[in-house]
Amino acid sequence: MTRALETAGAWLLGVLWALPLAYAVWTAFHPAEFSTRFVPGAPLTLENFAKAWAAAPFARYFVNTTLLVAMILAVQLVLCTLAAYAFARFAFAGRAVAFLLVLVQLMIMPDVLIVENYRTMSRLGILDTLWAIGLPYMASAFGIFLLRQTFKTVPKELDEAARVEGAGPLETLWRVYVPLARPVYIAYGLVSVSYHWNNFLWPLIVTNSVQSRPLTVGLQVFSSVDQGVDWSIITAATLMTSGPLLVAFLLFQRQFVQSFMRAGIR
Amino acid sequence: MNRNVTGWLLLLPAAILLVTFTHYPALGTLYHSLFSTPKAGRASVWVGLDNYRAMAADPVFWQSLQNNLLFALGTIPTSMALALAMALLVNGKLRGRAFLRLSYFTPTILPMIAVANIWLFFYTPGYGLLEQITGLLGLPSHNWLGSRETALGCLVVVTVWKEAGFFMIFYLAALQSLSPQLGEAAALMGAGPWYFFRRVTFPLLMPTTLFVLVNAVINSFRLVDHIVVMTKGGPDNTTALLLYYIYDVGFKFWDQAYAAALTLVLLVILAAVTLGQFLLLDRRVHYQ
Repeated sequence: MTRALETAGAWLLGVLWALPLAYAVWTAFHPAEFSTRFVPGAPLTLENFAKAWAAAPFARYFVNTTLLVAMILAVQLVLCTLAAYAFARFAFAGRAVAFLLVLVQLMIMPDVLIVENYRTMSRLGILDTLWAIGLPYMASAFGIFLLRQTFKTVPKELDEAARVEGAGPLETLWRVYVPLARPVYIAYGLVSVSYHWNNFLWPLIVTNSVQSRPLTVGLQVFSSVDQGVDWSIITAATLMTSGPLLVAFLLFQRQFVQSFMRAGIR
Repeated sequence: MNRNVTGWLLLLPAAILLVTFTHYPALGTLYHSLFSTPKAGRASVWVGLDNYRAMAADPVFWQSLQNNLLFALGTIPTSMALALAMALLVNGKLRGRAFLRLSYFTPTILPMIAVANIWLFFYTPGYGLLEQITGLLGLPSHNWLGSRETALGCLVVVTVWKEAGFFMIFYLAALQSLSPQLGEAAALMGAGPWYFFRRVTFPLLMPTTLFVLVNAVINSFRLVDHIVVMTKGGPDNTTALLLYYIYDVGFKFWDQAYAAALTLVLLVILAAVTLGQFLLLDRRVHYQ
């Protein structure tokens, strides 16, 4: 009895949770006149996607977002690895205080420092560039913390063995620590990519041209300028912008869920 | 090489960026909030606490604070309770578990802005899905996002939908780390499932609950993407959350000094949340 009730509850919730996305898929793949009429056998079409693609420079937005996400991740990986290594294995003066100062970013994220960071970007003369979007996020406290925890679990003997063979700190890091932390890098990478693919408010503030706008901002510009309110096309554009991430997620579900899990457990 | 030198050299690149884009702006917020916004022909001058006096007298500020509180109260308990329920359900042996897990988690992957677009259509007066359902039930037409009474509630629903599945995975991870022997022992002693949950599982999940809670609180002050798309703070500022108001003041009215003062309030709230977390960690939470 309880069992059946549980299953029913779980499915009710599951259907409720799937509904908005299913609705969006229906609208995007059917002609406008079927956007709110759910008749089985309604003709399928890709025309909404074609129209959206033609109506705004989405190709450029895709390039921008891809570059942005890759750029942020690349710098994050290098900086966080170096810093995490310092915190995990070098008892330098002021380490405890420095680590606390790093953790401040977990509390005060760049997302809320929009006013001051805008001032900085404007003074640096890089407003409306991908750098302006990415720079505040590149030294990630979260990444440093995650990698530090991992590096601390590496047996000291491995480190010493590498040193005996004559490897310097950087070579030891590269040959011993980085390979052992691979799963953490994957987890962090997936979380970082999804975060920055989806980020919106800060890019909206610092960009104002097609040259630097990421997909999220492009989508917003597209759907708010369009006065004709053709929902089928807007929905198609919406699915298009989330598409790559969504497809990647469906293909690598397990990795995604495990990465988000790993990244959350501190 | 000296340990000190190596350590600091390794840290240096990250430290420079952190100081430039986290510590400096946090202090700069305080500093700039004590000056006036430069206007055409008038440079920025020291005004002391004037911006804060203006804030105390600004009804929209107080309303945004109140909205944010309501928003937090609306989203946090609901999404956490749902997340826990989802995790418990999906952790058991249910039919279609893979689909359910997928369905719960998928909103996490979508950009908030895409989510907002989808739900915007859902709420559209006249021909949105919600109107069609209420229409079928014979209820009168209602402008869900356009009325003062329902707009914030609509945003709460969207946020809960987006966040519950994200929080679920933390509970799921914690549940999977619990020893199955606990359940067997409880069953031997004749404890019912509800009793077991209340006296064993829930207390053991306390660290996770605290972690999720802190994240949820921070999110409720950090995430305003959906407001930009769905309501722009309206109608009559009933959906203006604090960060959205900062965005409005700073980048639509270009009153950067006042926006800095508002940001300081937000920073103080976030700092208080974090301090509260440390204090709570010392006491109420069960350690495994």
